[in-house]
Amino acid sequence: MEGLRLEIVTPDKVVLQADVDYVGAPGVDGEFGVLAGHIPLLAALSIGGMYYRQGVQTRWAFVSGGFAEVADNKVTVLAEAAELADEIDVDRAQQAYERAKARLEEQRPETDIMRAQFAMRRALGRISTASR
Amino acid sequence: MPSLKDVKLQIAGVGKTKQITKAMGMVASSKLRGAQSRIERFRPYAEKFGQMLGDLAARTDGAAHPLLQVHDRPKTTVILLFSSDRGLCGGFNVNLITAAQHLAKAREAEGRMVRFLCVGRKARDAVRKSSWELLDAFPDVMGSFNFQLAAHLGNRVSQLYASGEADEVYLVYSEFVSMSRQVATTMPLLPVVPATAETGEETPGATEYVYEPKVEVLLSELLPRYVNVQIYRGLLDTSASENAARMAAMDNATRNCDELIESLTLLYNKTRQASITNDLMDIVGGANALQSQ
Repeated sequence: MEGLRLEIVTPDKVVLQADVDYVGAPGVDGEFGVLAGHIPLLAALSIGGMYYRQGVQTRWAFVSGGFAEVADNKVTVLAEAAELADEIDVDRAQQAYERAKARLEEQRPETDIMRAQFAMRRALGRISTASR
Repeated sequence: MPSLKDVKLQIAGVGKTKQITKAMGMVASSKLRGAQSRIERFRPYAEKFGQMLGDLAARTDGAAHPLLQVHDRPKTTVILLFSSDRGLCGGFNVNLITAAQHLAKAREAEGRMVRFLCVGRKARDAVRKSSWELLDAFPDVMGSFNFQLAAHLGNRVSQLYASGEADEVYLVYSEFVSMSRQVATTMPLLPVVPATAETGEETPGATEYVYEPKVEVLLSELLPRYVNVQIYRGLLDTSASENAARMAAMDNATRNCDELIESLTLLYNKTRQASITNDLMDIVGGANALQSQ
């Protein structure tokens, strides 16, 4: 069977380069899956967990939004931040979650609500991805 | 003739200076290696981004997004100026600041208002001393910046541009050409001009993508991030350039110290010999005087 090549790239490094069988990613309009032979696709990703299957194994990674490009059996994920599930710093994410929650609950006039909400979503995404 | 002790002190002083410049040079060279590898690691991301944007922009018309629109009758120019936080790196900061001033004066001559956003302490200090308005400054970040800083700056200028407070945004940074060449570069940042041409439609069998969501929505997600990518690249290049410039400056300084020590040592030996000769002449003179008595 034809293989699928997955690359996850962030500004600081190439997080992952691997041959996989299937990629599931959180598109902004809902999750989508990619198998070998997929038509060329350019999609925006939302904050959350993505996964890829190698044989019977399924692995997870966290992406903080970004883009996915599919072409010639190659999936390129561009994200401003991305981590593999076992590299996620859960304590840090937990702290970030508490901070964001506190900020949202206080609702002071100078709070940037959008920013706090995004921070919260990122933290939750990391925590849930790490526990997969 | 200076006294022996003075010369000795001077040699010791220059020796200490040499130690410092040598150490600074070494620190700069290791930082440069770090900065270079960051550029290497960033390249795949930046290239892919440019490709995607070019591809998308080719499929939409120019007015599709506020960041693509060219403002007619521009009134304000925002200049994003990068520099280092510390000196002792040769003409590095001077070059950057001169380039920015040059641009600012040219824009002012056209009747536009010029405002600055500065990263790095030297840039901030220079703009503060000038008559131009300083919107905001980020001093003391060149040693430890990350993509968040670029994103923050990007959001700021994108907002300024979209709200009409800025009609054009320029980036003045130092391009890292090679170890011995860093060029202060002025790059238009906004409106965004996507590089379409080479990867354009001419290529036979160019991939037809399925877009999810629509092209317009995708573009509006992509464009602000593209600005961030450009800014981050500028930051990385500036940081690499700074360290290369400092390395060269410190190498020069170390070499000058060596020369100085050499000439001072010569002076020291000459002084020493002169004093020995004087002493000998005194002794001989004394002995002769005794004999002739």
